[in-house]
Amino acid sequence: MKPNTKPAPGKTSGSAFRSRIRFALIALIVIVVYYWSIQGVRFEGIQGTAGTVSKSILQGFLHPDWSFVYIPEGEDLLRGLLDTLVISILGTVIAAVVCIPFAFCASTNMSRGLAVSGSGKILLSVIRVFPEIIVAILFIKAVGPGSFAGVLALGIHSVGMLGKLYSETIENIDRGPQEALIASGANRLQVLRYAVLPQVIPQFLSYSLYRFEINIRSATTLGLVGAGGIGTPLIFALQVRNWNRVGIILLGIIALVVVTDLVSGWIRKRIT
Amino acid sequence: MKTTVSPASPNPAAPGMEAPRKYKQIAGWIVLVAMIVACSIRTEATPYQLIVGLPQMGSLLQDMFPPDWSYLPTIWGPMMETLQIAILGTTLGALLAVPVALLCASNLGISRWVSLPTRMVLNLVRTIPDLLFAAIFVAVFGIGPFAGMLALVFFSFGIIAKLTFEAIEAIDPGPLEAMSAVGANRLQIIMYGVVPQALPYFMSYLLYTFEVNVRAAAVLGLVGAGGIGLLLDRSLGLFRYDRAAIIILLTLAIVLVIDYGSTMIRRKLL
Repeated sequence: MKPNTKPAPGKTSGSAFRSRIRFALIALIVIVVYYWSIQGVRFEGIQGTAGTVSKSILQGFLHPDWSFVYIPEGEDLLRGLLDTLVISILGTVIAAVVCIPFAFCASTNMSRGLAVSGSGKILLSVIRVFPEIIVAILFIKAVGPGSFAGVLALGIHSVGMLGKLYSETIENIDRGPQEALIASGANRLQVLRYAVLPQVIPQFLSYSLYRFEINIRSATTLGLVGAGGIGTPLIFALQVRNWNRVGIILLGIIALVVVTDLVSGWIRKRIT
Repeated sequence: MKTTVSPASPNPAAPGMEAPRKYKQIAGWIVLVAMIVACSIRTEATPYQLIVGLPQMGSLLQDMFPPDWSYLPTIWGPMMETLQIAILGTTLGALLAVPVALLCASNLGISRWVSLPTRMVLNLVRTIPDLLFAAIFVAVFGIGPFAGMLALVFFSFGIIAKLTFEAIEAIDPGPLEAMSAVGANRLQIIMYGVVPQALPYFMSYLLYTFEVNVRAAAVLGLVGAGGIGLLLDRSLGLFRYDRAAIIILLTLAIVLVIDYGSTMIRRKLL
């Protein structure tokens, strides 16, 4: 586990003693941390109604509300899933385009100087640590509840991760074609067009699809805070304890995620 | 994160290959653009709306500054609760993941009739996002951190079990073969052949999942599952954006510190 604890000849006993102390110290810290966390999350005991509630949940999952799949006049499962899909497609497309300048800024071999690439990297990681739900709440305040807030939230949040992956791709390109073009007198734009882009585009597309798979999962939860998609009917069904409807919505989400994973995995395999 | 870093596909040498390839590309772009247009019609997401909404966004940011620093002592407790939820959820999920990962791995002599269905169940568990788990457990166990912890248990179970069984499948088969040749039983093989090789990876995945879970736990409160999210929801509901700002800032600080520490430990492990 730790290759550096191999004792040097001559002072075996001393370093063994030291590693034992280190082990004891780590164990002590771990125990304290767990003791502290168990204090925080006390189990309040199962409520008296838990049995009947669990039974009705199981009933609901075993007998999903099939009539919810398609309702001619509005809010049904298929439209909710379509909205979720559409939100994640648009969010991914926005992120995939917006993050390109950030990525070129953040990559050490394309930007001018370490200061630029360093600040680009910091900016990207700051964007990355904001959970998308919080971004969604902020956008709901700005553009009102609905799918558009969800699109913007996914778009902004994904820029952080895609920008990082893109910039790593740019840093790993083969310098040969670039140098050859510069040597034959191409300007910066031509170098970008004929040496850099052909090398990075397949990888960019592959990462965007990967991010799309993540965004589908996020988009299903965005509705819980009011940002459109299947989450909105789900939270309503949960609030009124309509377990049959919760069951069918969960089945729909699982089906959507599985199908998009398969399709996107197939496309990714063909691109790279 | 499966990525195959391959060099860009070389242009086909034969000139006759050029034309159909180009048509295919153009068709691909047309399909993509049509899809985007259809999507933006469906969500009514237009640049116009964004421009109309931007001033509101600006005034929102203005309301957020300066953050209400006097609120810090109030939110410290729930923030720590968030960490506690993440720690317990990750640990219990990881403990559950160990036997399942061993069942899933194809190189330990487990029958395919066991490992394939187990993998299917794992894939199903991973399709459900953490907030959905939380919303369901809140309905069952009532509002509070316990529901949030359970949600994270299931969520981390899915991730850790998958990553670990893939790590187990990638271990060096030499020691396992040597041990079975000298007559070790399956438990001994796992104890002395598999565990020493897979443990560093397992610990590293555990820490990685912990990082993810801290972020997740910060928003679990939005559906009533304990932690800092509840206060965030409340401050936003009361239009106290200065308080929301301090909550977001503290969350950012904690996440950054934990990410840094966990990355350091992971680098030492592997």
